[in-house]
Amino acid sequence: MSSTVTVDVAVVGAGPAGLAAAVAAAEAGARVAVVDAGSQPGGQFWRHPAETVEPEPDGHGHHGWNSYLDLRARFDAAQRAGRITYLPGLQVWMAERSEDGFVLRTTAAVGSAHPLTVMAARLVLCPGGYDRQLPVPGWDLPGVMAAGGIQAFIKANGVLPGKRFVIAGTGPFLLPVAAGVAEAGGKVLAVLESSSPSAWLPHLRAASGVPEKALEGAEYAAVFARHRIPYRTRSIVTGVLGSGKAEGVRTARVDADGRVRPGTGRVYADVDVVGFGWGFTPQMELPVSLGVETRLDADGSLVGVVDERQQSSVPGLFLAGEVTGVGGATLAVLEGLAAGAAAARPDSDVPVKQPAAIARHRRFARAMHLAHPVPAAWQDWLTPDTTVCRCEEVTAGDITEARENLGARDVRSLKSFTRAGMGWCQGRVCGFAAACLGAGPGEAPDAGSLAGSAKRPLAAPVGIGELAGLDS
Amino acid sequence: MNTQPVTITFDGRPLTAAAGQSVGAALASQGITAWRGTRKGRKPRGLFCGIGICFDCLVTVDGEANQRACLVEVCEGMEVEGS
Repeated sequence: MSSTVTVDVAVVGAGPAGLAAAVAAAEAGARVAVVDAGSQPGGQFWRHPAETVEPEPDGHGHHGWNSYLDLRARFDAAQRAGRITYLPGLQVWMAERSEDGFVLRTTAAVGSAHPLTVMAARLVLCPGGYDRQLPVPGWDLPGVMAAGGIQAFIKANGVLPGKRFVIAGTGPFLLPVAAGVAEAGGKVLAVLESSSPSAWLPHLRAASGVPEKALEGAEYAAVFARHRIPYRTRSIVTGVLGSGKAEGVRTARVDADGRVRPGTGRVYADVDVVGFGWGFTPQMELPVSLGVETRLDADGSLVGVVDERQQSSVPGLFLAGEVTGVGGATLAVLEGLAAGAAAARPDSDVPVKQPAAIARHRRFARAMHLAHPVPAAWQDWLTPDTTVCRCEEVTAGDITEARENLGARDVRSLKSFTRAGMGWCQGRVCGFAAACLGAGPGEAPDAGSLAGSAKRPLAAPVGIGELAGLDS
Repeated sequence: MNTQPVTITFDGRPLTAAAGQSVGAALASQGITAWRGTRKGRKPRGLFCGIGICFDCLVTVDGEANQRACLVEVCEGMEVEGS
């Protein structure tokens, strides 16, 4: 049988938003439980080596590490005081509303520890996000990784997953990934950015509202200069080359819509790791399963609608971090603090702290999304035999055929006709791409199709025994 | 960092890893990039997302199937098998 923890406020996630929410709720007097898939606090952004081996990480290569140390000290103090129950290594596989609030059913992220149920009057979801992917020929070869996966690998393990790297996609996140590889001793042959710096010109006012981002940019520019990393804009990887593993990439220059410019192809040989990142996909299955109102954000992602206190359309359910719009760690912390305080005292009319900072960071995030769009013509890069769904090995040709001949234009219909998104990852990796392909060439998916992709009966794979235990 | 080595086996072969590393990191840092074949095409797969999302890096750990190599931390004597 599963044991139960009952609290005032449950927080899902222990990254920047989750830590902040937990600390704010506990400091406002609530009893808090924090459920996190990771084995130690920090999430993906503040991922650090195992504390069992390195008890006091120095934060090398991290941004906002002082903010982490501050939140962590307060988190640990609240734990010692018995106000926070920290439940690491657990994934929520089902979230439900109950008469008294919310019920979270969890399963072990690793191995098969005892399942645990969390009951809470209010819930703060801070599940973060993961790299958004666009398939290209060869992206399923070993050695191709998510850009964020490369960074996580370095942050957690202190070593590199290979020697010679090409990093490609769009957005400022490619810069810290490449800088991290170079600082750890890897060779970055090139960073390929599909957009162009001029895409920022209409958004300089929003950018100037967050001057620390310009400082970060200057740090990366210095690292790029020191390691002689070529930064090629309006450039993409058109295919990963290799037999049995990544061995090179073919690249090309593109126009503003992402159409390949003929005669610009070149090959980088002797590559063993290719990192791709096309922005981020917020982890929306728990908010969607609880029925929150959603919208499309400026980057085309499905996100949850929240009020100024981070409350969703579901009373008592608060969202913070990437699930309200991809905006980075500083914004996630501010949102987490607001959500945690509000969840602890839902009837209080204490105003949100730092509303101006939240607004500035949201404006910056919007500018970033508009300057680094998913290229409209990306579907043209595919060949019919390009794998789209890595789990079920569904090709671009399979999906196009289902769209053209069977009228499957949304993710759910594509799933039933082609099995795209039905495998282990449940469409987390291919969902956005499949939704684009269903919409058709040059088209972007609507919120309905993306919500269909995020709708998963189980939010994490779970054992049959745990399902059977649901009868009670 | 205290990187005392631990010994694990991968498909019966002994491998040295650093304490605190993930199984995926232990394999990749030894140049092993693939440890699973896909069901239909028997295509090689290893690490992809690196954060527990994609399930491409599944391994069997001490007899327990379908564990994510990017999440499982190595420990002395651990037996890892691909598929």
